[in-house]
Amino acid sequence: MTAGVHDTTLGLDHRKLAMWTFLGSEFLFFGAFIAGYLLYLDETAAGPGVEIFDIPFTSISSFVLLMSSLTMVLAHNAHVHGDMRRMRLWILATAGQGMVFLGGQVYEFSVFVREGLVLTESPFASSFFVLTGFHGAHVFIGILLLMSLYSLSLTGKVKASQPLKTEMIGLYWHFVDIIWVVIFTVVYLIPEIMA
Amino acid sequence: MSATQTPPEADAGAAHDHHPTPRDYIRIAAVLFVLTAMEVSTYFFEFGGLAVPMLVVLMAIKFALVAGWFMHLRFDTKVYTRFLYGGLSLAIVLYVVMHLLFAFDHAPRV
Repeated sequence: MTAGVHDTTLGLDHRKLAMWTFLGSEFLFFGAFIAGYLLYLDETAAGPGVEIFDIPFTSISSFVLLMSSLTMVLAHNAHVHGDMRRMRLWILATAGQGMVFLGGQVYEFSVFVREGLVLTESPFASSFFVLTGFHGAHVFIGILLLMSLYSLSLTGKVKASQPLKTEMIGLYWHFVDIIWVVIFTVVYLIPEIMA
Repeated sequence: MSATQTPPEADAGAAHDHHPTPRDYIRIAAVLFVLTAMEVSTYFFEFGGLAVPMLVVLMAIKFALVAGWFMHLRFDTKVYTRFLYGGLSLAIVLYVVMHLLFAFDHAPRV
């Protein structure tokens, strides 16, 4: 290891270890909201319930987010090989897919609100909006991180010799994707099928 | 091995020599695409009692593929894997405890 790399006593880079610790703790954050959502699934206060979900539309959003993980890992791969032009291209593609996903979520929320499902409508509505809203906020933060990485690499502040920076943002982005894998199944598909 | 990855001495035997290529990543993405299509098919076709177990299994496979390949857990030190699955295990325990609590003391009814 070179002097520039910061190690923990485990021999691991402390920045990467910190990121994994953070991601581990994020499971508890989302786990609590998913548990709350499942517990309040039937508490609709005579308002709209899971039948309001538009599964084909959400499926397309899920495909987009899943494919953004591919472009993210390709960006990291390009950075590892010192190909900064290609790395920036994949970063832009990832951020673009993230924006498409977020746009879809905004549209979905606006449809729900028009159909009477608002944050304070019922425990079901509150738990749904808080869970998916926090996930959307994570996607938004991810897009900001990606665009920062893009700008910093353009100005030369992120160099070809620093692929850890792309890897860290990639870990965060894949985590956001992994959480959506769970949300799509547990929040949308299973309740819709069982309804 | 890139500068960002854990040195072999950090966890002897944990890191694999083989590192995925872009082609590997595209293959994994294609598998994820097919698995998601299978998930969505449960909405359009009748699978009866198989639907929920099938969805849970598909979700677990997708989760493991993203964590293992895209997050490089297959090729990195096992310490990171423990962080990820440790957090996940705690989240599952939290869910079970909340369910048990609500079973004894029902959620507020509206």
